[in-house]
This record gives sequence, C-alpha cells and structure tokens, in this order.
Amino acid sequence: MQRQILKNRNKIALISGILIAIAFLSKWTMGNMHIFEWALIIASILGAAPIAIQAYQALRVKVVSIDVLVTIAVFGAFLIGNFEESAIVTFLFLFGAYLEQRTLNKTRSAIKELTEMAPETALKLMENGEFEEVDVDEVDVGDVLLVKTGAKVPVDGTVLSGEGSVNEASITGESIPVAKEKGSNVYAGTILDNGTIQIVADRVGEDTTFGKIIELVEEAQDSKSEAERFIDRFAKYYTPAVLVLSFIVWLISRNVELAITILVLGCPGALVIGVPVSNVAGIGNGARHGVLLKGSEVIGDFSRLNTMVFDKTGTLTMGNPSVAETEYYGDNIEEALGYLASIERESDHPLAKAVLEKIGETTFSPVENTEVIKGEGIVAAVNGHRVAVGNVALMEREQVELDEKARADIARFEKNGNSLVLTAVDGQLKILMGVSDQIRPGVKEDLQRLKKLGVRNLIMLSGDNQGTVDAVSRALGLTEAHGNMLPEDKAAYIKKLIEEEGRIVAFVGDGVNDSPSLASAHIGIAMGSGTDVAIETSDVVLMNSDFGRLPHALGLAKATARNMKQNIFIAVGVVLVLLTSLIFSDWMNMSIGMLVHEGSILAVILNGMRLLRYRLPRRYA
Amino acid sequence: MKAATIQLETLTCPSCMQKIEAAVKGLNGIEQDSVKVSFNTSKVKLNFDDDKISIEEIEKAITGVGYEVQKSRVKPV
Repeated sequence: MQRQILKNRNKIALISGILIAIAFLSKWTMGNMHIFEWALIIASILGAAPIAIQAYQALRVKVVSIDVLVTIAVFGAFLIGNFEESAIVTFLFLFGAYLEQRTLNKTRSAIKELTEMAPETALKLMENGEFEEVDVDEVDVGDVLLVKTGAKVPVDGTVLSGEGSVNEASITGESIPVAKEKGSNVYAGTILDNGTIQIVADRVGEDTTFGKIIELVEEAQDSKSEAERFIDRFAKYYTPAVLVLSFIVWLISRNVELAITILVLGCPGALVIGVPVSNVAGIGNGARHGVLLKGSEVIGDFSRLNTMVFDKTGTLTMGNPSVAETEYYGDNIEEALGYLASIERESDHPLAKAVLEKIGETTFSPVENTEVIKGEGIVAAVNGHRVAVGNVALMEREQVELDEKARADIARFEKNGNSLVLTAVDGQLKILMGVSDQIRPGVKEDLQRLKKLGVRNLIMLSGDNQGTVDAVSRALGLTEAHGNMLPEDKAAYIKKLIEEEGRIVAFVGDGVNDSPSLASAHIGIAMGSGTDVAIETSDVVLMNSDFGRLPHALGLAKATARNMKQNIFIAVGVVLVLLTSLIFSDWMNMSIGMLVHEGSILAVILNGMRLLRYRLPRRYA
Repeated sequence: MKAATIQLETLTCPSCMQKIEAAVKGLNGIEQDSVKVSFNTSKVKLNFDDDKISIEEIEKAITGVGYEVQKSRVKPV
C-alpha cells in the first residue's frame, strides 16, 4: 500500500492538480463554495498521503526531513480549515519533485551516456567448445571470447585470431578506426567496426581501462568540497531548527497560520542541491569533450589557477626528435657516418633513432670497447679507430679541437633549438648534427588562449640544454623556461612556486617520469592516451593526449566554479527574501512560500544545466 | 567484512541522502565510517560484517525508507 502510493506520486500530483483546477473553476464560474471546499479537501488528503508516508519513514530512522516539515504544515492548515493552502502546498511539493526528477536526469545525462557504453554481455568459449552469451561479470581473466562486427569489446584483452578494425573513441576520444590482428591489444568499451576476432581476457570489469575511467568519473561527480561538507552538516541541524523555531513562534503568538508558514519557508532545498548539480553538469560536459575532471575540489583549484608549468618533450613538442641541421668537417665523411650509425644502432638514447633515420643506408662495422659517459655520450672502437659520439663536453674530454667555424656552427645550432650530436674520429671532429623536436601543431595558439583565460605565468621545465629550451620558449611566447632539470629538480621548483610565491600551480606532463611534479602541483594534468598511470596520478586527464583540450578544460572549470557560486547565491538569497517578506509584508503565505521554494530548486537545476552546453567563448578562441 | 555497492533508483531529493544514511547506519554489523551515499550516481557504498547481517537485510532497510534497490554487488574486502 505504502509503496503503491509512493510509486504513483506523479499521478497523484496530476489528480490533485485537476481537483484544484475544478475547485477554483466552480468557485469563480458558479460561485459554488460547496464543490470548492470538497475538491480541495480531497486534493489535500490525496496529496498529503505520499508526503506523510515519506515523513513517517524518515522519522522512523530519526531524521527530520523536509517531508516532516511539509506534513506538519499541511496538517496545521487542514486543522484550521484552510483547505486552499493545504491543497496547493501538497500539489506544488509533489509537482516540484516531479520537475526536479526530470531536470536532474538531464543534468546527469552526459555521464550516463558514458557509463552506458560499458559492455554488458560477452560471447564466452564454454567447455563444450561453443561460444555462449554470458553476463560480462561472469568473464574471468584467461577466458576466450568472440567479438563480432558491431559488438563491444567486453574486456581488455589480446587478439588470438582474426582481424578487424576497432573504434576506440570511448578510451582515446579519437574515432578513427584502429586495425587489430593477432597479438594486438583491445580495450573494453571499444567497438569492433568490422571483422571478427577472438580474444583472451587480460583484465576484466573494474580493472579495465574503461572501468577505471568510469569509476573515476562516478567518484568525481559525487566528491565533495569542504564547502559542501559544511552545507551538509548545516542541513542536518537546519531542518530540526526550523521545526523548533516554528513551535516557539506558535507558543508566543498562538498564530497557527504564521507557524506553519515558517515550516514551509524553512525548507532548505536549493542550498543542498545547488553545488552537486553544477558539479555533475560540469564534469559531464568535460567527459563529452575528452576532459576528465576529478571532482569539485579539483574544479575549485583549477578555476583559480595563475601558473602553468609544462614539461617540454612530449608535451609541448611532439616527442619524436629528428635531425634538422648537419655540418661536415674534413674528408672521409662517408666512413665517419658509417661509424656513427654503427654506434647509434646499439644505443637506446632517444636521439639515436633520429640520427639513424637521417643517415639511412650505410655500411655497418663491428663496435668494440663501448664506454658510456653519463650525460655526455659514447666512446668506442670501430675498425681500429677511436670514435666519440656526444655533446660538446665529451669533445672537450676527448681533447677534440673545435675550430672557429665549428664553434660558430655549434652556437647557431643551439640557438635554433637543437640538441647537438658531435662525432669525432681519432680526435678529429667529423660530423655535427642538430636534432630538434618539433613543436606540436596548435600549441602556440592554445597557450595564447590559456593566457587570455587568466594564466599569467607559462613556465617550461626541461632536461634539455638551455639553448634548446630558450629557442622553444621564444617560439611559443612562454614567460619562463629552464633547462638542464632532472625530474626531482622540476618537483622542487614547483614546490618553491607554491610555498614561497603562493601561486596556484598546474603541472602538465607525460605522467610517466613526471609523477613527482604531477603530485607536487595543485593540479596535475597528465597527457597520456588514457593510460592507467595518467588516470591515477593526475587530477585532470586529457584523453588522447590532446593538448588542444586544455583551454576548454580550464574554461569549463572556471564556468563550473562560477555556476556553483551562482547557485549558492540563488539558494541563500531566496531564503533571505522569504524570511524578510514574512516579517515585513502581508502577502506572504504558505502557498507562495512553497512556490518560491520549488521555483528556486528548479532555478539552480536549470542554471546547472547550462554547463552541459558550455563551449569556450569566442573571445578566448 | 564485505564491501557492498548498492544501486538505487534515481535519487532526486536532497533529504534522501540523510534518510538512507540514517537507515543504513542504524543497522547492526555496518562499519559506520564506510557508509557513503552518492547523490548523483544514486549509489550506496558500505562495508558490512557478513556474520552479523546479510545484504538482503541492508536492502530491506533502504526499501523501508522508500527507495527501490535496483542491483547490489558484494565483494570481499
């Protein structure tokens, strides 16, 4: 019975609305006060039933909820024979709840779309050798699964057989199909566009990359800031306090009308709901645009940001260096190139790949007595020659003479933003190569947008030489750039900015070797194609390493923080206006109070909903 | 000790959370500090002692304050 009434509260609201309409129609058109009163009495009783049940359920667990306040108020109105008030208040309360439900579902829709992409079933290889459809929860690591065209990949796994192309937009934000064949990794939540594959499950359920993203987003939307926790604590005592206040007013004034009006006016709806609504809509917008914001605390810090620190390689630059400039000295260059390639072939230094690509086809010779000098380069014996490959410091150690032309070339290469690779054969400089890492396309414009959004300091920290760092910094228009820094130096630098200069700092890095910096900054932003490390260590995740989403992320955080403040303002403002008009005006009554109260809840929800459509305004683009 | 994640019907009113929290915390065998009612995801997360109370009893307590339970998952801690 109780459950039936609660289930049908929307229908009850409708019927009670119709009854109220009949009541007023008969009063105004026929002047029939008899129908008027009876219609309102029935509407009151009908409407009060679900509210009273909720109030009773709350009281049983010792909670004084809004339902309790409203129920007492309605009973009071009923007892003093004010059926008009009791009917309208119950109707507005129920109808308001219905509208809240509808609009709240909208604000949550963006995140729901994401979680609904989670796979639900899988075709699992059973003991009888047949594939059978099972719930995704029943898949264990090591199971063999079949994925057909158009189906979702149910787990993170490795392709055993078959071929196909997969749309990985749910993980990377990039909807270009990726080809998969035997041995390729596939990810849960991605869609097999064509082909058929059999996979073995490596990670299932919440352990998959997609599962982690969902968990993160789910936690983020309900994470609470200090201010919200305060509001929650406040709300716990607020409702009982209103009850006591109304009782005291009644004791003193013996005015039931006034006492029950206070009960209705005191309902704290918009205040409790305002901030979570902005939060969920803001995070939802981010999820749609490839930006994961980890909760309202993060949004708060992020929106007040004034300093952004960037790692260079892989963040501002592409991260795959290539040889940009070359100079040769003396003769036997072909031979020297062969020696250089032979040594670099055995190295895993990032510059080595660039050098090998540049040299291309050549004759390789056996390399002996290889000696690696940390931070300088390599010395080895090739074909009986002593070959040194490295930077200027290594040349000085090897007492290689650098003539005036060589020194001028070195200075020029460095100024152009190159890392240097010098090659000397038997103490004679033969080759000078300048390796540069291309700046990511669009980064310069994005940095300008960040500046317009109020990030005053754009700082780059890098392990590269100062010349390279300065060149990149000039090209990008950064405010500061520091080279020759180890990961721990970067973290220390960020700590200094925070502790000594009181700045609010975000660090943008690759998430793998920059984790100390990500952790020291207020906001850690990892550029990782949805990799586990990036997701776990950072506060903001840019899907698919897309630097271009950073301005949107910052703009969104600012808009969301603003939206929260607006909602708090609306909520507090409405309560203040209601209370003052109760004291100073004679038009305030229960019905108007309930109308304004429900109206303010809808106002904060609708205001929050605006965030779903947020885009970076033109003036920043 | 077991950890439960209980998915409820969509929560829309702010006072729901207080009610559900009070209902669950009032039960025997619930680790008090672990109870977390999430408004936006409409989920309840908690740890409970499965010697003292069953997941069905916890679900019943939530239904008792007027909220439908859609699905619950129990994992060992």
